Amino acid sequence: MKPVYLRPKSLTGVVTHYCPGCTHGIAHRLVAEIIDELRIQGKAIGVASVGCSVFAYNYFDVDFQQAAHGRAPAVATGIKRVHPDRIVFTYQGDGDMASIGAAEIVHAAARRENITVIFINNAIYGMTGGQMAPTTLEGQVTTTSPMGRDHKSQGYPLRMPELLAAVDGAYYIARCSLHNAAHIGRAKRAIKQAFQNQMEGKGFSMVELLSTCPTNWRMSPVKAMEWVEKHMIPVYPLGEFKSGEGE
Amino acid sequence: MSEPILMKGNEAIAEAAIRAGCRFFFGYPITPQNEIPEYMSKRLPEAGGVFVQAESEVASINMVYGAAGAGARVMTSSSSPGISLMMEGISYIAGAELPCVIVNISRGGPGLGGIQPSQSDYFQATKGGGHGDYKLIVYGPSSVQEACDLMIKAFDVADKYRNPVMILGDGMIGQMMEPVVFRDQPGEAAPDKKPWATTGNEGRKSNLITSIYLDPEVLDAHNWKLYQKYKRIEENEVMYESYRADDAEWLLVAYGTVARICISVMEKMREEGFRVGLIRPITLWPFPKTAFDEVADRAKGFLCVEMSTGQMVEDVRLAVEGRAPVYFYGRTGGAVPLPRNIEKRMHQVIAGRTPVVTECLDKNQGGGGR
Ligand SMILES: Cc1ncc(C[n+]2csc(CCOP(=O)(O)OP(=O)(O)O)c2C)c(N)n1
Ligand code: SF4
Ligand SMILES: [Mg+2]
Repeated sequence: MKPVYLRPKSLTGVVTHYCPGCTHGIAHRLVAEIIDELRIQGKAIGVASVGCSVFAYNYFDVDFQQAAHGRAPAVATGIKRVHPDRIVFTYQGDGDMASIGAAEIVHAAARRENITVIFINNAIYGMTGGQMAPTTLEGQVTTTSPMGRDHKSQGYPLRMPELLAAVDGAYYIARCSLHNAAHIGRAKRAIKQAFQNQMEGKGFSMVELLSTCPTNWRMSPVKAMEWVEKHMIPVYPLGEFKSGEGE
Repeated sequence: MSEPILMKGNEAIAEAAIRAGCRFFFGYPITPQNEIPEYMSKRLPEAGGVFVQAESEVASINMVYGAAGAGARVMTSSSSPGISLMMEGISYIAGAELPCVIVNISRGGPGLGGIQPSQSDYFQATKGGGHGDYKLIVYGPSSVQEACDLMIKAFDVADKYRNPVMILGDGMIGQMMEPVVFRDQPGEAAPDKKPWATTGNEGRKSNLITSIYLDPEVLDAHNWKLYQKYKRIEENEVMYESYRADDAEWLLVAYGTVARICISVMEKMREEGFRVGLIRPITLWPFPKTAFDEVADRAKGFLCVEMSTGQMVEDVRLAVEGRAPVYFYGRTGGAVPLPRNIEKRMHQVIAGRTPVVTECLDKNQGGGGR
């Protein structure tokens, strides 16, 4: 019998702590498959952020550093400058990157750091129990926007790829979604591109993945996938925002 | 030995770091330490190293974390407000047990304060500053030469204990020019194998740099392991100098450049027949308690002099343990304690005058004693 679906070598096989239906697991698998396909397990160094994925290092079988909240791009900069021939990637949530770490991500891109950034946008602070994130949609109810996010006092959702695409030092910027198989396939191609760019020394690559948090959205996993398609994609259009250096 | 060269403190510190094998520098401009990053930006690429001007001190210290975790000899430098911004990162570095060197050419606070020399970051450096049960090894150099020697030592000690080390200089150390001799043997070579570093897991199990331990039992064990390390550091790394302490009745206590001012006061008073000595802590943490044990039983009193409203004086009191009275004299904000005022204060101490909390010792020169 020929197995058709195996665990990627770059995953440890430790059972994750993620809630059932959470797309963090899908994103992990995609990254691990690509590390395997590109045969870079022995030279990959991951940087885990603060958020539900703080323990990502338990699941990826590669060297890892755990960074302070928002600082993964700075930590990755330190690693990459010491080991320019290794493949350094960060794995960050939307609170981590778009809020507390907004400066670090913009400047890592501006410096043209040759790193790969995986950005999990689930429109919420998952780990701390469902507070409003900078990416929370208008009208979306969270524990700190109980009446729904009101742009008059709480502003608008922040679109990181659009923002980073305006940075000359950024090489590859894309947004994909994990809400169905076809989109997961596209996401995998974008992530692969983002790693290949680094291997070719092309500079800063970032892929945003529209993701679910069924627990804090208070939805079933299936409903959560539908919610991504119906409510997130209109606000967060998919596609490549930049491929190539400079303006 | 090489020839003495006349160098500005900040540049000498940077050169010493390079000679100690430091090849990575991440920092953000702030007065009065700018000559360190400026020097590094020129010299490090020549030495095959990397200089990055970060977007903030927050980013700098986290770049240091990444580079240290990747196995490099790495440093940053800043001054007080910037060091405050680094505190979260320093706590992470201590928690993850990463070796690095942080230079604080400190200036007056609180807030934006001023840019003149100050010693008001003593508490922040020695008592934590960041969150959690951790310790920085802190050196307080009193000359440019000593700053260079301690810089080289700092990298060795950081690697030996896998602990962050701080050089706490006041602005005077950074800005003054003095002759320095760079030792031919620049300390121990950087260990070329750090088996715990994240270098890619080729041929071995994956390495992890982290400071998160959600299980209380595991975090408790981790903290006690750190505590044991700090005990070893206390046993092995204490540095201080005692001057004419053998027969001293009255002891000045000062660190950094203030100690040099106090030495001139001590010598003048000795000539006048007063048995004055001086204790100069070089490691501010671990604090040299033994220096006080050697003299506390016969000493009649201690006068701690600082460019602060009184921070190290608390450690002096803990070290003296009530065996003699401990007095204080300080200036802040960039005002430097003048020899004549230190002497005046010492005469009050000798005369047994009750310490006054704030007292103008000189109409034009304020300064508090207690
Ligand atoms: C300096 C600091 N502030 C706040 C926190 C608390 N905190 C932990 S996770 C988190 C939010 C993470 O949200 P996100 O990045 O969106 O990740 P998710 O859990 O949604 O995957 C916060 C605010 C922290 N650990 N450190
Ligand atoms: S809280 Fe949300 S983001 Fe975190 S693991 Fe659960 S579903 Fe995923
Ligand atoms: Mg989130």
